[in-house]
Amino acid sequence: MKRILIIGATSAIAEHCARIWAAEGDALHLVARNEQHVQLIASDLKVRGDSEVTTYVTDLNNMDKHEELLDVAAAALGGVDIVLIAHGTLSNQKSCELSVHETLAEIQTNALSTISLLTLIANRFEAKKSGTICVISSVAGDRGRASNYVYGSAKAMVTAFTSGLRQRLYKSNVSVVTIKPGFVDTPMTTGFKKGVLWAKPTTVAVSIVKAIDKNKSELYAPAFWLVLIAVVKFIPEQIFRRISL
Amino acid sequence: MTNLTKIYGWGRYPQQDAYLHAPPSSASLEFTAKQQDSVLARGMGRSYGDSANALNVLQTTYINHFIEFDKSTGKLSAEAGITLREILEVIVPSGWFLPVTPGTSYVTLGGAIASDVHGKNHHIAGTFGQHVKSLSMLLGTGEVVTTSPQHHADLFHATCGGMGLTGIIISATIQLLPIKSSLISQKTIKADCVEAACEAFESNSNATYSVAWIDCLSKGKSLGRSVIMLGEHSEQGGLEIDTRQKVSVPFSTPSVLLNSLTMKAFNTAYWHKSKHNLSQTVGLMPYFYPLDAVGEWNRLYGKKGFLQFQCVVPRLDGIANMRRLLTEISNSGEGSFLAVLKQFGVANENLLSFPTEGYTLALDFKASETAIKTVKRLEDMVVDMGGRLYLTKDAVMQESTFKTTYPNWEKFEVVREQYGAVGKFSSAQSIRLGLA
Repeated sequence: MKRILIIGATSAIAEHCARIWAAEGDALHLVARNEQHVQLIASDLKVRGDSEVTTYVTDLNNMDKHEELLDVAAAALGGVDIVLIAHGTLSNQKSCELSVHETLAEIQTNALSTISLLTLIANRFEAKKSGTICVISSVAGDRGRASNYVYGSAKAMVTAFTSGLRQRLYKSNVSVVTIKPGFVDTPMTTGFKKGVLWAKPTTVAVSIVKAIDKNKSELYAPAFWLVLIAVVKFIPEQIFRRISL
Repeated sequence: MTNLTKIYGWGRYPQQDAYLHAPPSSASLEFTAKQQDSVLARGMGRSYGDSANALNVLQTTYINHFIEFDKSTGKLSAEAGITLREILEVIVPSGWFLPVTPGTSYVTLGGAIASDVHGKNHHIAGTFGQHVKSLSMLLGTGEVVTTSPQHHADLFHATCGGMGLTGIIISATIQLLPIKSSLISQKTIKADCVEAACEAFESNSNATYSVAWIDCLSKGKSLGRSVIMLGEHSEQGGLEIDTRQKVSVPFSTPSVLLNSLTMKAFNTAYWHKSKHNLSQTVGLMPYFYPLDAVGEWNRLYGKKGFLQFQCVVPRLDGIANMRRLLTEISNSGEGSFLAVLKQFGVANENLLSFPTEGYTLALDFKASETAIKTVKRLEDMVVDMGGRLYLTKDAVMQESTFKTTYPNWEKFEVVREQYGAVGKFSSAQSIRLGLA
């Protein structure tokens, strides 16, 4: 039995990871903002698995609460083996362009709150010389594009931060897994026209759970994004600036 | 922000453009429903025709949580978007099974109630709705109510089998069936014509499960030759269940592959391969859901899709009438190899529920102009026989047929009016059938 802390537990990808873990009998501690929604998920997981499920409600932008959040989780689970950080918002690029406040708020939610958590968790895991930290970043962080560079740059920060953290913690036997999902059909992306590039959250969750089990470093989910992104990154800026993506 | 998306039922005919909304939770479901003029809840899209087609669709994809499962009493509460397959994964290892199940596990709880689905045990257990203890639903007025056979009974009996036209089912509590094993003891009986098949149903009416594969292409003396499969829950053998998907049809195959020649060859081979009086033990999944083993099998019918035809004819003169229908089908030469015959038990009180006492026949027709004509001819015959067609399978029924063969439709409309459903919930099918 693994003891797993899920931050941003109402995200569709996190919820599907939780369903896999619950079915395997792992103990789960769910952190989310919406109390009613996280309670619903907790009851569901208790039926799907026979595992212990506890919850904690907080707004993750309230970074003063992060230390307390981790203390409560450690107490509820009796120690933490795996942390999955999955919270985030899909920024509205157009309204961010018109508002400094909104742009910074998106960066706060999608990058700074994650970095605050990572800093605290890294020190705890480094001290006990074990643990796995899995963070959901995005393919959007691999190159800024006109259509969503605010979200993309926040995710770029998360990707770079986890890459450095992975090197630092390697010596301490702590794994850092960066997940870069492509287009995933979740409530966050309702209203987008879905094509062949779109994946189901269940599929992405299966590969995340596997990546954690195998101590992977970085994972594109689904894997074909590795190739697509390699192509996108290869285009010189002089040409890239003329393309609308 | 929302685009038009092409949607269709399992038969992939007809198709329509729709605005899809997939609320992340039941709370936002209520919010989204209040925004739309007229909406329809949609689950897995497994009804065959246009009964889940509408311009504004509320997909229940994310309204799929278990609420409570009491392993000692077998009472299960869950949200409407959960699939029967997910339910099976949880309940079978604890010694419980669905009291009634259709031929696929890829339907939602809400869809099973809205279609008031039946299974191989209809003659004993009735329909799915008869095992629903209570359900919580969103009305056209914006109110959320709990209904049961005791509370708002009129709404309950209109909603079970009501095709989503009375409101949006949010969650339901059902009573499960205790089992000692996840195996089924199956007995196979061969009947060399439709009369022999119907007699086999009569003489095996105490079997818990009974269904027949029927050859809709054979003629003359062997018209309607059938392989009847009887089943009982086994007493031993463990409670394991394997719900992994084995194979899938990756794309629409050229529909010429399914022609009268290949289907005839398949049927003849199936008939000769089956053994009379064979007893064997099979797993729950292959027994109840043989087609679920092949993902997206509907693609075998090609891009144009197919029509499903399912009728029931009354028990009185039922055998003779079944022979008349089968003669028409075999003369058309279009029926497929996926044909099923079953005897139904008595009807229930749900206003638009399909099953009535008699014989039911279900089969596919590759979509074409001539197939539509054949299905319409069969429709007229069924009306004359005092039978009816299954709304969940239908894509072409005429308004007059519906209103003649579902005499409770006026009561249904009264209930819809009373609970604020009129003008708020509609489908392509409900418009075609002349419901308000």
